[in-house]
This record gives sequence, structure tokens and C-alpha cells, in this order.
Amino acid sequence: MIRVPLVQGALLAPLALAACGGDRSAPATPRAGAASGAALTGAGATFPNPIYAKWFDAYAKQTGVRINYQSIGSGGGIRQFIEGTVDFGATDGPMTDAQIAQVQGNVVHLPTVLGAVVITYNQPSLKTARLRLDARTIAGIFLGGITRWNAPEIVALNPGVALPATDLVVVHRSDGSGTTYIFTDYLAKVSPEWARGPGRGTAVNWPVGLGGKGNEGVTQQVKQTEGAVGYVELVYAAANGLPYAQIRNAAQRYVESTLASVTAAAAAAPLGPDTDFRVSITNAPRADAYPIASFTWLLVRKTGGDQAKAKLLKDFLVWMLTPEAQHLASELNYAPLPAPVLETVRGRVAGLPPP
Amino acid sequence: MTTAPPAAPPQPAIGRARIPLSLQSRAYGDRAFKLVLTCAAALIPILLGFLVYELWTGSRLAMTKFGLGFVTTSVWDPVAEQFGAFPLIFGTLLSSLIALAIAVPLSLGVAIYLTEFAPRVLRQPVASVIGLLAAIPSVVYGLWGIFVLVPVLRKTAFPFLRDTLGFLPLFQGPIYGPSMLAAGIILAIMVMPYVMSVSREVLLAVPNSQREAALALGATRWEAVVTAVLPYARSGIVGAVILGLGRALGETMAVTMLIGNRHEIAASLFAPGYTMAAAIANEFSEAATDLHFSALTYVAFVLFVVTVVVNAGARLLIWRVARGSSAGSKAL
Repeated sequence: MIRVPLVQGALLAPLALAACGGDRSAPATPRAGAASGAALTGAGATFPNPIYAKWFDAYAKQTGVRINYQSIGSGGGIRQFIEGTVDFGATDGPMTDAQIAQVQGNVVHLPTVLGAVVITYNQPSLKTARLRLDARTIAGIFLGGITRWNAPEIVALNPGVALPATDLVVVHRSDGSGTTYIFTDYLAKVSPEWARGPGRGTAVNWPVGLGGKGNEGVTQQVKQTEGAVGYVELVYAAANGLPYAQIRNAAQRYVESTLASVTAAAAAAPLGPDTDFRVSITNAPRADAYPIASFTWLLVRKTGGDQAKAKLLKDFLVWMLTPEAQHLASELNYAPLPAPVLETVRGRVAGLPPP
Repeated sequence: MTTAPPAAPPQPAIGRARIPLSLQSRAYGDRAFKLVLTCAAALIPILLGFLVYELWTGSRLAMTKFGLGFVTTSVWDPVAEQFGAFPLIFGTLLSSLIALAIAVPLSLGVAIYLTEFAPRVLRQPVASVIGLLAAIPSVVYGLWGIFVLVPVLRKTAFPFLRDTLGFLPLFQGPIYGPSMLAAGIILAIMVMPYVMSVSREVLLAVPNSQREAALALGATRWEAVVTAVLPYARSGIVGAVILGLGRALGETMAVTMLIGNRHEIAASLFAPGYTMAAAIANEFSEAATDLHFSALTYVAFVLFVVTVVVNAGARLLIWRVARGSSAGSKAL
């Protein structure tokens, strides 16, 4: 009978835990600003986190100004920026007009680097050949209209390869992600059916496929499943040596996803002198442009706030746009901004307060 | 003798003067100890209250927009801002059910073996090893599931099931690997140590006189277990199962890595599914719109309600089971 209280304790404690299951399973959104000694705090996108971390580290070594960045996701970054709990936000998908209205238009989107999404696959029949796809075929696969590898659409683009009559297994991201935003933005641009159906967003209602958590979840699923097709971030795909498809761009040329072709996509961006930089560069018209690319942005206030902090932030932004800092980006496989865009961003940063 | 009634409390002044300092501080210590314990005990209901309040206010937006239809509709479209949680609720309950269907017979068998049949030298080591399973973080289970379990299931176990039981709709359709069944199996492995060790404790608490009486009446070991030990421990065993269920309902990481995360209800266990906890973990950080955010909080609220209802139902079950007198019932 001595054991009875033991049993009771063992039983009740986890029951209480289980009752709180809803809370336990929700990831905590850390509040920025907790780190002591940091001069500036920011929060947002996870995709550019490696380069931001590198920049902040290098900048702190040079100037002693420490910037604390928390990669909690673009949605969280926008939310904290609106709530004013951070000095700057970061996002892979631009703020909507409604969100901008919530801060009374007091925000500038500043492009930092470029991101790209590649289509990776597992098809042993291709051997060393690269899979080639065009916009209609990609949309068809992810809409569920094209279900087999030997579908006429795919065969026509890949002459000389004997593709089997096996099922295509579509793999997409299950977690909300800027990568998904870029990919669905592309699909919505090239396919009216996609625009009417799932649409563009960090998470969408996928017509077909399995959801993998994170780039690594999608990658594992594709690697393990013969016949799988999925999309992942270029930096991740390059770092892990994944095969990825050549995609026919708007100029009807097959383009490999490289830093140069991604930068080329941004070079074609229609950025006037008074642009707000919320420009989509997917399906860019240039002949050498990779079609599934995007800016990633920092969100900075136009006016108001703590003047001392505004000064610190402005100094950092000026530094970030120097050739030295931009060079760090290519080292980490991030496509740097093309020269004309860089010039426009510099002009915009110069106009930020304090003068 | 008549100066003071012996039972009357001493005057404070006198009492303070006479009680040695060590005793006095001990009395303060008692009071402080009681205060600390009371605070600790009060903290739990207060936290729970805050939790419910937070979930309630957080999900208000989605509640007013979708009402109770939220739990019966199946569309989950963050772009069009249409949200329905039925596939999530279904997936949570089904994956937990699969887990229990696998884990309960297995862990009960192990518990009976360890308390009734195993050689004495084996009992403690085996129980400790199974207990160790409970200490493995769930993300490790998830990784193991992706790299080891899923390939085995896809190449061997699932095709075998489809060939032998394929006449059932449960085991039809294409095999991807990540699926409702894969999630159920990983949950079963995670739940087993809990069910096993609590059942074992309950079985150990059955007095030896029960077994001896059955054996004295000419029962075999097996008959003694079935007729004397198990009925005596039944409510404790039900409690063990519910403990496992609670764990399975709230599990997030391993499930989201193996379930395929598809917002759909399929007849086949080979098809991907989704659970409430997995959906929250997946979409919470990138929920861009207020309604999306609110819908996820609503899901958390529903998960909370489901766990409370399941636990309450289970308590009721234990109470019904335990109405006959048995020692095990005192364990709950």
C-alpha cells in the first residue's frame, strides 16, 4: 500500500500536463528586447537569419553596437513591428495594405538580399540529366492535374529521357514559410487556375501532396520517396547538394538557379525613385533571370520613435549596403542586390531620420 | 489546581517567554511552510484560469466569424481566410486511438510479465529500460521515425498490410510513408513506457493474498492473473491507459514529422492526416493575418476542451469500473 501515493502522484501530474496540451504545443513567441546590452532589437524572417546573424556579428565587432535579432518567422516579425515591440522587423512577404494602415503608413520596406526557391525531385530514371520544367507544368503538378512522370507535358520538356509511368508525389511545406510565399506568388502569377484556387501566402490550402516540416522535412521526404517533387530554399538546396530542376523563364529560356540568375531577376524589377520596394520579382522578364526569386525585406519606421535608436539603425543600414557587407552575402550563398537596386535602397536609407 | 484549566491556551506573553527559541522558530517554520505550500497549490488553478482566459480572448475573432461550425467544417485555407478544424480533431483522436490500440495490449502484457512471470533478476532492469524510453525527447522520436521507422514501414510493413488486409478500406490506397498509421505507431512507442510503468505499479500493489487465494483454489498462474489480479487492479490500469491517452493527444513534434500534415480526412490509414497540436506548431509563427492567428488559438482552445472532455470521460469510466470495491481504485 506504500506504493499507492506514488501511483497517485505519477498519475495526476501528467494528467494536469495533458490538460494543458493546447498551450504546451504552441511555440512560444519570444518578446524581443529581452537580451540585455543589445542596442537594437529586431525580429522576423527565418530565411535570411544566417546572413543577418553574420552582418550583426561583423557590425558589432567593428562598431561595438550590438543588434539582437530573433528569427521567429515573417508573420511574427510583422506582428511585433506593428505592436512596436521591436526596433525593426524582417519579412519574406511584404506587409499588406491593411497591415500598413495599422501603423498609419509609417514603414519602409528595405530589400536586403534575394531569396530563391528551387524544385527538387527524386527520379532515378533521369540519371545525370537535369529535369526541365516550365510554368504550366509546375502549376499542373502542384494543382494535381499532372499525376504521372510520363505525362505528355513533362515528356515534351525532357526529350531523350525515358520517364516511367509512376506517380508524382508532391511534397510541400507544412509550416507557414516565406519559401512558400515566394513559390505560391510565382504560381499565382503564371497560372490563372492557381490564382483562383490556392492563391499566394505563407501557408495555402494545397490541392495535393504531403506536408514536410521545414526545408529539412521536405528534403527528407523527397530523398526517401522515389517519384517525389518538392520545393526548397536555394541556400538549403545548395548546401545539401540536392538536385533541382531547370526552369523555363518568361523569356522561354531554361535557367539554372544560381546567384547570378537570381540577382538578374531583381535587376529587371520595376523600381522607380519613389518605389515602396514591395515588388514581386517572380517570373521576371529578363532572359537570364531565374523565375522563382524574391526580395527579403527589413521593416523600418519612417519617422518617430527613439531618435538615438533611429540613428544607430540608420548607421547600420548604411553599413549593410557597403560592398564589404554585401560581399558577406554571396559568401553565404545569398544572391546580393543588383547595383541599380542597391543604389535606390541607399538613397532611401539616406532619407531616413535623423538627417 | 483551580488557577487555570489545563486545556486553555497559555497567555501569549507567558507562552512566548517560556517556549525555548528553537521551538518558537520551529512554529514559525511550520506556518511559513504551510504558506508556501498553499501558494504553490493555488498557483495551478490560477495558471489554468489564465490559460483558459488567454485562449478564449485569443480565439474570439475566429469564434465570432465561424462559430461552432469551426469544429464541423473541413476547409483550411489561410489565403481565403476560411478555417475549419474537423480534420484536425479527427486526426488527433484517430492517431491517439491507434496509439492506444497498439500500446495498451503490449504494455499491459509487459507489466503482467514483469510482475507475475519474469525471473526476479530480470524484473527491475527491464522496467528501468522501458522507463528510459520516457526520457527521450519527442523530436528525437520524430527524427528516428523519419530516418528509420518510415522507410521500414513504406518498404515492408505497409505493403504487407495492404496485401493481407487490403480488403478493408483502412489499408488501401497509395503508400507514401508519412501517414496516420506511422504517427499512430510512433505515438504508441512514446506512450508505452507510461502505460507500462503505471500498470506495473498498480499490479505490484495488488496484495499477495489475492494471488495466493486463487492459487489455493487450484487456479493456474494464468487463471490467477485473469480472475484475481487483473480485476483487482482494473481501475488502476484504466488510469494508466488514460495517462497514455493524455500524452498522445497533446504530442506535437514527433507527430508533425510523421503524419504528412494533410488537412483531409481519408478512410485509409496509409493516407496523410493532421492533428490539432501539429497544425498549431506548424502555422503559429507565420500566421500573417489576425484571423489566421485567431483560428489557430481557437484550435488550441478546442484541443484544450477535447483533452478535458476525454479526461473527464475517463474519470467517469474509472469511477464506474471502481464501484465494486478494489484497492486499485484508491490509486486514483
